[in-house]
Formats: sequence, structure tokens, C-alpha cells
Amino acid sequence: MTLRADLPEETLAGVLAKAFGNRSFLIGFVITLLVAAIALLSFVWTPHDVTKLVIADKTQAPSPAHWFGTDHFGRDILSMIMVGARNSIAVALVAVGIGMGIGVPLGAFAAARGGIADEALMRVNDLVFAFPALLSAIMITAIFGPGAVNAIIAIGIFNIPVFARVARAGALAIWPREFILAARAAGKGMTEITVEHILPNIATLLLVQGTIQFALGILAEAGLSYVGLGAQPPMPSWGRMLFDAQTRMVTAPWMAIFPGMAIVITVLGLNLLGDGIADILDPKSRRQR
Amino acid sequence: MTYLLKRLIIAAVTLVLASMVVFAVMEILPGDPARLMLGFNASTDQVELLRNQMGLNAPLVLRYLHWAGGLLSLDFGRSYTYSVPVIDLVRERVVVSLPLALIALALSTAIAIPVGLFSASRQGRAGDTLAMGAAQLGVAVPNFWFALMLIYLFAVWLRLVPAGGFPGWSAGIWPAVKSLLLPAVALALPQAAILARVARSALIEVLNEDYIRTARAKGLPYRAVLWRHALRNAMIPVLTILGLQFAFLLAGTIIIENVFYLPGLGRLVFQAITQRDLIVVESVVMLLVAAVIAVNLLVDFSYAVVDPRLRGRQ
Amino acid sequence: MSLLEIENLSLSIGDTHILKEIELAIAPGEVVGLVGESGSGKSMTALTVMRLLPHLARASGRITFDGIDILGATEDQMCTLRGDDIGMVFQEPMTALNPVKTIGEQVAEGIRWHTKAGRAEAEDRARKILDRVGLPEAKFPLSRYPHELSGGQRQRVVIAIACALKPKLLIADEPTTALDVVLQAQILDLLRDLVSEVRMGLLLISHDLAVVTEMADRLTILRRGEVTEAGDTARTLSEQLHSYTRELALASMHVPARPKTHLAGSAKPLLEVEGVSRDYPGRRRSLFRPAEPIRAVDDVSLTVEPAQSVALVGRSGCGKSTLARMILALDKPTAGAIRFRGETITGKAEPELKPARRDMQVVFQDPYGSFDPRQKVEKLVAEPLHLLEQRPARAERRDMVAHALDEVGLGPRDMDKYPHEFSGGQRQRLSIARAIITRPKLVVADEPVSALDVSIRAQILDLFAELNQKLGIAYLFITHDLTVARAMSDEVLVMHEGRIVERGRTADVLDNPRSEAARALVAAAPDLRRAIARRMQEQG
Repeated sequence: MTLRADLPEETLAGVLAKAFGNRSFLIGFVITLLVAAIALLSFVWTPHDVTKLVIADKTQAPSPAHWFGTDHFGRDILSMIMVGARNSIAVALVAVGIGMGIGVPLGAFAAARGGIADEALMRVNDLVFAFPALLSAIMITAIFGPGAVNAIIAIGIFNIPVFARVARAGALAIWPREFILAARAAGKGMTEITVEHILPNIATLLLVQGTIQFALGILAEAGLSYVGLGAQPPMPSWGRMLFDAQTRMVTAPWMAIFPGMAIVITVLGLNLLGDGIADILDPKSRRQR
Repeated sequence: MTYLLKRLIIAAVTLVLASMVVFAVMEILPGDPARLMLGFNASTDQVELLRNQMGLNAPLVLRYLHWAGGLLSLDFGRSYTYSVPVIDLVRERVVVSLPLALIALALSTAIAIPVGLFSASRQGRAGDTLAMGAAQLGVAVPNFWFALMLIYLFAVWLRLVPAGGFPGWSAGIWPAVKSLLLPAVALALPQAAILARVARSALIEVLNEDYIRTARAKGLPYRAVLWRHALRNAMIPVLTILGLQFAFLLAGTIIIENVFYLPGLGRLVFQAITQRDLIVVESVVMLLVAAVIAVNLLVDFSYAVVDPRLRGRQ
Repeated sequence: MSLLEIENLSLSIGDTHILKEIELAIAPGEVVGLVGESGSGKSMTALTVMRLLPHLARASGRITFDGIDILGATEDQMCTLRGDDIGMVFQEPMTALNPVKTIGEQVAEGIRWHTKAGRAEAEDRARKILDRVGLPEAKFPLSRYPHELSGGQRQRVVIAIACALKPKLLIADEPTTALDVVLQAQILDLLRDLVSEVRMGLLLISHDLAVVTEMADRLTILRRGEVTEAGDTARTLSEQLHSYTRELALASMHVPARPKTHLAGSAKPLLEVEGVSRDYPGRRRSLFRPAEPIRAVDDVSLTVEPAQSVALVGRSGCGKSTLARMILALDKPTAGAIRFRGETITGKAEPELKPARRDMQVVFQDPYGSFDPRQKVEKLVAEPLHLLEQRPARAERRDMVAHALDEVGLGPRDMDKYPHEFSGGQRQRLSIARAIITRPKLVVADEPVSALDVSIRAQILDLFAELNQKLGIAYLFITHDLTVARAMSDEVLVMHEGRIVERGRTADVLDNPRSEAARALVAAAPDLRRAIARRMQEQG
């Protein structure tokens, strides 16, 4: 995903008008909002209580009482999906926060300083990139035992070099511009220029990358929970639900179908949102239409 | 030459640093690894014996050098639970995981590049919209869930392929490949969706370059320009993603093996985690990290094949 | 009988009308100039003839080339025409060649495609045409890649591609705009020779009236997609029947009024540059040997006195911009010292530089790149106020910005706009407003008008002159354009390969250049007055 760093020169009203004329953005925005709303709703209300095991109701097919059926403990799948959304969103969001919070300053600093600082950062990046999130999670689990926090740390660590790279590449494209030279001629230092000129100009780039990493984080969290390295029972999580469904594919396929769809729709929504933002704000992609 | 040499040195340094990280992580493990392995019922003598066996009483630097030296000669140590050299376990398992990853990589490339070309050359038309819609959906599908759905469809419902398990290469090439087919498809399709999107946008970006106009002004038809001028230039971002995808594929392989009950490295590492067979965990992680670094080096080298500016001839 | 005849051509892209009822004809062996300012539709006319327009473009009217109806031709027919009977040369040589293919492949490709020649034969012919455009085999074998060539050399390769099959018509779209004047003269000579060798028609598109006058038999002047005037070059320019033609010609030759000139040696110097050099690390040949440094600026000394206007001229890559950056303390010299108002500024830390920066500001070339698109004019123009000992309060700051805007001919209401709401010329005014808001003693202007259309350029030069006269600001003008140097400076410094090779009063240097580099520059610089005079003689 390559994005140009020099961003169009738009007013907020113009951007908003374009945003609501962009199909990707609109669909993505609505889906994302809906998923977030469902996760919030689950704090106050779910169709059934997910902490209660009702063995009498186990592995029931979808019905008016249980729209998405029940699992092997008789828990309502819909309610579990609603509560599981919290976990997915929380893990992915915190992991994006870790990645941005550490990666962006590192990348911006490396771009501003150049030389050895830059080279060192790129080498550390190479190092972290050699450890896919799953491998980090395996190592962390080997040390601390399984848990939801492991997933956050593992995905977050992997996000750091991603954001560092995007921030660095974006900043490097801005630094040689003449308005930066003008700011330097006006006596502005490295930090002031980074805060006043560089960051605002790469903000949209980071926003788009943020939605991509958010989506990837949800996928990664599901994968980690699925192999038992993420959220632990009884906390409902989409990946864990799929793990439970695996051995019951023949008798209770709904146990696998609905949590999977929840993941697909959430990730699709976030990706559409990211595409939409990139479309709206990147003059290059607009020219291609 | 300097470009290749520089990349080689960087890869070597990264590998050494990565080995230090893996080693250090295993070092900071809370508690005594020997005690952890033997459980709390073991006697002090037993623990001390194992400690000596594992070389845990030597100074840190020496232990690292010993371990790293072992890695170089493919001596990873002995698995505690299996009581065999780890390399033997790895050798047994890698013949499942590696073919799986390679088939998936080949499949994903073979699907993605033509789709990217198709979409880029029909930019904005119905075919492009449809293909990119499908890709958008494909990116959102977790591979292990896709695997479950494939099992449900092909193994449970249509009964075309086995739902899991691996007959071993001794059972013949076709049965072995057949049992890897579904997992490979499950791994490849989501990756292909990402790659097709990258290929399309790389091609479109290249098609807007000035030299494409020069080629058109020469009298080459659009199709010839696409093949002769655009494709090779668009390969650079595609290669980058391909390299990154290999890391994801390896991780994906580990997960997918659990869906299909394939006796690969993934199964090995998860069993080792539950059994706290740390030497196995350490070795497999190190091996996969080395594979990722090697593939990235390969990608760096292929940049130089594609792009003469990196060959540094002057 | 015309080779190319454009009749009543109109073009629109989406809802935007690009061209309206264009008429133009070229006979074999004739050079026709198509002149206009940016956005006048020159390039679109060329792309319509080539049928290389964007998808949504709709053309109407009639284009006949060699008896073929271009607008009615199929894509296959166009492919046989392009590169064979019609060649095209583009503006930007740095990006016009495929970076991953050798120049031999790229020249031979068209030959093989059109003549069905074998590889060996096509390469043979490619070799010949490359020799012809001035790229001999010894230094430029077919196996060279574009990145191994300079801009001028790449443009020769593009010309070789376009002329490989001896086309009947060559379209050259601003072929020399990205090159410096000396390269420009060489490329124009080459085009002129090729035209007479194979009697091809040449459609030369340019914004530069002087270049077109030197080259073209006839010219067509475009404005906002319409032909305003067309005819023999000499007659059109001497009579200037249409007011727009007159405007263009006058703007090209405009010299701003500067009654107070400044004689060197009349005051204590404001800026002194002493023996300054700047090395850049060169390309590494081996990992084990340190790279040979490249000397961009080599032992340069110069002085600028208060209120004096000095032009620093030279070819592209001669080191003039590097020198400017060092003077502005944006780059550190490898050797030598720079003194401003008697104080050494080289090697000083940023906080100590503040007083110097306050009195020394900068105007850059690119009116689009010199403003942060995310900030409003008020903040942008006020940026140097950061250098004042006492930062002004908000109301005071607005007053100062309003005043600066007023001085450059903009209104106080412009303060709350974003830079993209201004045209190129207005942005350059903003740039100047930002430069003068701290009341500096010296303004360094790096090619401040070379990205502007001629009519706007004249206005900006007037503004520079006025500020120099009114506020006594000294200028260091960095430019490759001798017209600008002549119009604006008291003294000229000629820079060549990192060194200053000649200096003196502007008129003396430009009328009687002594050094070889200065002579080459002066000889190559297009001059409208001279070109018209020559045309008058030729065409009676």
C-alpha cells in the first residue's frame, strides 16, 4: 500500500462533502460504527447471559430464541459474538496505540535526524520484522503463559516497525520540500518543524495505516486466540469460539459460520473505511478514477 | 555489487541480533529452565544434572556462543520430551510445513498476478470492480476460518478430500500433495487477495509514468506496453509484499496445521509449548526467524535483478 | 499541401472545455511554433494529434495527417502511425525513459515493431541514430541504462526514439524546458538539423517566445484553449496585431524600473563569503574504500553590499543553490567562512543564529512547494516572526501580516485563506511577504520567477524591484535566466563547476563576457529582441 505523502490542500467542509460521496468510505464507516455500537451495547445488554452455562440447550441450531444457535455449553452464539467484539476491538485498538505511540515518534525522529539514528532504527525494524506476531506470541506465551495481554503485546510489537516505517517514509518525503527550508530559515528547530509541519502532513497517511493495522490486529487476535495464545476462556472471543467449533463442524456448523462472519464483516468494514479515507485524501488515487 | 554486499551484511547482522533476542528471551524466563522442565517433584540432583547437561552453569556469553555455534552446525540440542535431537524432530516436520508454505506461495502468486494485470488493464470497468470487490472480501477472511469452511464444503459435504491428517510422503506424492491441497488453498486465497490489490495499484501507478507515454508514442499498442514496460517496473512493490507475505504464510502455516491435523512445525511447536519443551520452542522459532530473514534477503537480491539502478554499475 | 492540418478542433474532458476551434497546419520541412502560457492547451493539442488523450477526453473537428483522418482512425492505425510517421519528444527527460531497460532496447524497440527487422539489424539502426543525436558508441554503448545518463543525454535518447524511423512529423512538447540554457541551445540545434536532413515537419511547443522565434517559420499563439493569433513568425511578432501577442512579447522583455542602482564598493559589505567550499560524499564504489567526495562548491568568495542587487548565474548543477543554502545557514560549508553584518555565522548553533536569520530571508522557486498546505496564510507569513526577540501578540501579529500582505499587493482578507486558494503568481507574492515581514537586510531568492508564466513573471520582478527601491533590501538572485539577471541586478557573478569564474557590473559581463563559461551562457541564452531581428531579415 503506497501512499503519497504530499496531501491535497483541502478544507474540512470539502473533505466531508467528498467523504459522504465516497461509497467505500460510507459503507466502511457505517459497518465500523455498527460494530463499535454492538460492542458497547454488550456492556449493558445481550440477548442471553454469556456467563451462564445451560447444558440443556447445548449445540442448538439457529432458532427464534437463539438467532445464531448455541454452543456446546448452551451459550447463545449471538450474545457471545457481541461480547467477543469487545475483546477484538480492545486488543486491536491497544495494539495500534502501542504501534503508533512508539513507532511514529521513532520514525519521525529517524527522518529528522538521518545518519546513524536513521540507520539504527531501520536495522531494529528489520529485526522486529523477522518476528511475525505469531512467533512473538509463541515466545511470550512460553515465558508468561497464555493470556489476552500476550496478544496485545505481540501484535503491538509488530505494529511498531510498521508505523515507524510509514512515518519515516512520509516524513522523508516532506523534509526536502521548500516549505521546510523556509521554516528552517525562519529559525524553527527540528522538533518544532516535526510538530508543526511534518506530523500534520503525514497524519492522514497514519490514519489510513491505522485502519489497516486495526483490521490486521483483529485478524491476528482471532488467530492467536484460535491457537490458544490469546484470550482465555471463559472470556468470549471470536478466535476461541472458532477453536471450539472446529471439532463440531459436522454437528454444529453454525458455531463456526457466525463468529467467522463477524470477523469478516468487521475487517471488511475497517478496510473499506481505510480505502475510503485514502481515496478521499490522496490526489493520486482520485486521478485514477 | 556494493548493494548486494550491503544487503548480505545487513541480513547477517539481523540474524545474529535475532538469535540474541531468542536466546535472551529464553534466558529471562522466570525460574530455572531445568526445574521447569522436570517439574516440581524432581530432586535437586536431577535438576543439577540437567543443568550441567544443558550447559546452564556456564557464563552467559559462553552459553550463547555454544548455543549459536550449535545452530550453525544444525545442532539444536535435545528435546526433553522426545529425548531425541531437536534437529531430527525438525527434519521430520519440515517436510510437511515447507512444501505447504511453498505450494501456498506459488498458488497465491499464480492467482494474484493475472488478476492484478486483468484489473489494471480494465481499470474502472465492471471486470475490475468485480475482481477488486472479491479481493476486498478475500483480505478480510481469516485463513483458519476459511479453512474450516473449506473442510465443511469439500470434506464433510462433498467428501472430495480428506478433512485432515497427512499420509506421509512415503504414501506416494499424490496422496501427500492431495492432503496439502486444501490447507494450501486456505492459506493462499487471502494472501492472493492482498497481492492482487498490490499488483493492481502498482501497475496503475506505473501506467501513469512518463515512460509509458514514451512507449505509446513509439507505436506500441496498450497491451504490449503493459507487458513490456509496466509489468517489470511494477514488480518492485509486488516483490516487497511477497517477501512480507512469506512471514505471514509461515505464521499461517503454523495455525493451519492445527486445523488440518498436519504433523508440521506448527503442531510441533504447540505441543512443545504445552509440554514446556523449551529447547524445541526456541529452535523452531529461531528456524522460522532465519527463514524470514533469508526470504527477505532473496527479495533484496531480486530487486537488483529487476532494477538496474541497484546493480551499481557505472 | 499540408502534412498536418488541424481544422476546427475542440476538446473537452468531462465537463471542462480544453480546446476551442483550433486551426493549425504544418507543411513538410516546416517548423511551426505553438506558444502559450500554462493551461493554454498546448500539450493537449499535441496529445490529440497523437491520440494519447486521457480516457474521458472528447475531441471534435478534423485532424488530417498525410491524408489520414486522425480522429476517425482506429487504434491499430494510430499504432502504425505513432513512432513511425509521427514522433514525439516530451518535456521531462528524467522520467521519459523506462528505468529498467537499456537505451539500446528502448531505441531498437520501435524500429523492430514497425519494420519487423531482426534484433541485430534493429540494434544496428539504433546505434546509427544514437550516433546521429550525439551519443557516440565509445561513451554511450547500447547497454547503458537511463540512470547512467544526464538529463540532456536522456533527452537525446528520447529524440533518437522519436526520429529513429525518420518520421514525417515530429512533435516536441517543451523539449528544453527542463534543461539549462546551454543544453537547450544544443538540443534546439539538433532538432533544427534533423528537420532539414529529413525534411520533416516540426511542431514545437513552448512557453518561451524567444525559443520559438529562433526556431519557427510560423507560429500560433494559444490562450485559454483558443488561437489568438497565427502567421509568419516575423510578421506576427513585429506587427503584434493582437493585444495578447503584444502583452506576451513585452512581458518577455520586461525590465522593471530601478532608478537607484548601486555601485559596488560604495559601502561596507553586508554579506561576505570567504573561500567557502562544500563537499558531498560521493557514490561508493566499494564497501572497503571510502567514497571520493564530490566538490559542489569550490573556494567561493563574494560580497554583497546593503541595498545592492547581485545575480548569481550559472548552468544547472554548477553549485549555485548549494551556495545559497550555505549563505542561509541551512547547510554547513566544508571549508571557509561566511560573515553577515561583520559577524561570522558559519558553525554557530541555531539559537545564536536568530539575529542573523531575522535580517536574512529567502524566496524559493516553487510557488506550490514553498507553503505548508495545512496552514493558513496568517500562520505561514508570520512564521519568521518567531525570530523576533519579543514575539508579537496575536492582534499585533495580524497587523504585521496584513501590512506585509499589503506591501506585496495582497489584501488583509487573504490572511485567513489556505495557500491552495491562490494562483502561482499570488503564492510567490505570499512567499515575498513572508520574506520581508521581519524587515530583513538581505533576501536570497533562488530562481524566484522561473516557474512562472511570463506575464506573471514581469509583475513579480516589478515587485522585487519596488521593494529594493523602497525598503533598501539587498538581493542575491540565484538564476539560470540571463534576462532576469539583466533586469534585476547591479552586479553579476558567473558560477561554473563550483567556482566563480567571472564577476562585474551586469551590463559589462553580459555584453562582453570574458570567461569561457560566461560566453557559453550568453551565446546560448535565447533573446527575443535578437531573434525577432534575425527573423525579420530572413522573412523580409
